[in-house]
Amino acid sequence: MQSQIIEQGRSSAAPVPFGHFEGVHQHFRRPGQAPLVAIENITFDVKAGHLVTLLGPSGCGKTTFLKIVAGLIPASGGTIQINGRAVVEPQPDFGVVFQQANLMPWRTIQANVLFPMEILGRTDAAAELRARELLALVGLEGFEKSYPAQLSGGMQQRVALCRALIHKPKLLLMDEPFGALDELTRMEMQDLLLDIRAKTGATVMFVTHSISESVYISDIVCVFSKRPAVIADFIAVDLPYPRSAEIRYLPEFTELEHRAGRALGITR
Amino acid sequence: MRLHHVRNAFYPVAGIAIILVAWQFYTQFFAINRIVLPSPADIFWASAANWNVLLRESWPTFVESVLGFALAVAIGIPFAVCVANSRVLNLTLYPILIATQSIPKVAVAPIILVWFGLGMQSKLVIAFLVAFFPIVVDTAAGMRATPAGLLELARSLRASPLQIFLKVQFPAALPFIFAGAKVAVTLAVIGAVIGEFIGSMNGLGNLLLTANSQLDSPLAWAALVWLSALGVLLFGAVVLAERIVMPWSETGHH
Repeated sequence: MQSQIIEQGRSSAAPVPFGHFEGVHQHFRRPGQAPLVAIENITFDVKAGHLVTLLGPSGCGKTTFLKIVAGLIPASGGTIQINGRAVVEPQPDFGVVFQQANLMPWRTIQANVLFPMEILGRTDAAAELRARELLALVGLEGFEKSYPAQLSGGMQQRVALCRALIHKPKLLLMDEPFGALDELTRMEMQDLLLDIRAKTGATVMFVTHSISESVYISDIVCVFSKRPAVIADFIAVDLPYPRSAEIRYLPEFTELEHRAGRALGITR
Repeated sequence: MRLHHVRNAFYPVAGIAIILVAWQFYTQFFAINRIVLPSPADIFWASAANWNVLLRESWPTFVESVLGFALAVAIGIPFAVCVANSRVLNLTLYPILIATQSIPKVAVAPIILVWFGLGMQSKLVIAFLVAFFPIVVDTAAGMRATPAGLLELARSLRASPLQIFLKVQFPAALPFIFAGAKVAVTLAVIGAVIGEFIGSMNGLGNLLLTANSQLDSPLAWAALVWLSALGVLLFGAVVLAERIVMPWSETGHH
């Protein structure tokens, strides 16, 4: 079953990094006022297979940056390259998980997971099998025929995760996906994400405003400053895998949280 | 039939029963002339004695209402889809629609009769006219109320406009469309009766007028009861269709 899912994030030997962002700038025009500068200047690279979190205060432009990477918003300036290609529009080989689960109430769980395959015109028996496998992977076997309204918020977000993975995306973009969940469900989902990442090898960019969440799940924590956003710190998290709740109490973990907190200007 | 179904049915039945008992008591105790206000028993017996006439006259009213409603659905939904998705069509047609809607349909009915004659067609057209507006307004509202998150999801997969319409916008609008259809179907019955009042040779509206002019109040009231039953029946049919088309909306409540 795992072999079906492991096919993503092949690490290329090419010198080009998987994700390359240089001088990304974003402003929004406002009638009668000076343009609102959301993102001043963001430059960093993402290695294939890495999980990078974008950590920053609310309204700092990290979600905007993620949407720019997703191709949903055109950047005002700068270079956005994934796999050596400039991103100027949404890419079908990306998977996006939003703040809300955004499930379609009229579709069963399985049909919701298969939605991207329908849009891409790739519905077949293999796709259905993969949908069932992914649902089993997130602990939702037996819910294929249920409707979203019958599921809790955490379960709905799991379905959204399956939907984002169904077409084997090279890049998984997640916009505060666990923000609306309670603390315990949130920790469960973080472990689930790490598990899925280990099994799929997908490259992940993950927006959050939780310091402990970002340190726990990341290879790299990219700390955004307040608006207009620049990178306040770029923290490599060298904690071993597989990670489990105990590492939250390690001194290294706390030290990394401190560093992120300092970059955010919360701690000194 | 679960217990809560029985309980839910109990309240309206009890409410009607209380009204009927009070009504019967009032007419008997105060010896109200049955021409002014027949008792429920009078109406029941008039209905039982004339059931074949009532059934026969129900048929044209039923057909006029259903066809008028069906026409309103068939034309109203595509119309609303076009208006909701095109700025030009919206700006051009919506003011005209609002303006024509504010003309009382009773005032137009005689003109419709001149155009379409005394037969079924004129009633069908009036039923269509009154049912059209709620369907268009609610469908157009539904088309514009697609959750932004779903549209963003579709966009992230580069879905085509047709895919977005068929797989996201239209299904998301279904609850709105059915809300409009429920209002429209009862209005369609009213439209058909308005047409029959203005000029007709049959139908429950015609029977009601005839019985009234002969001072046969129990029969007129019986026609009224049958009309109301017809409206409830058609409303129920739309609710049933809603449950079949949108099975998810019911499962969410448990």
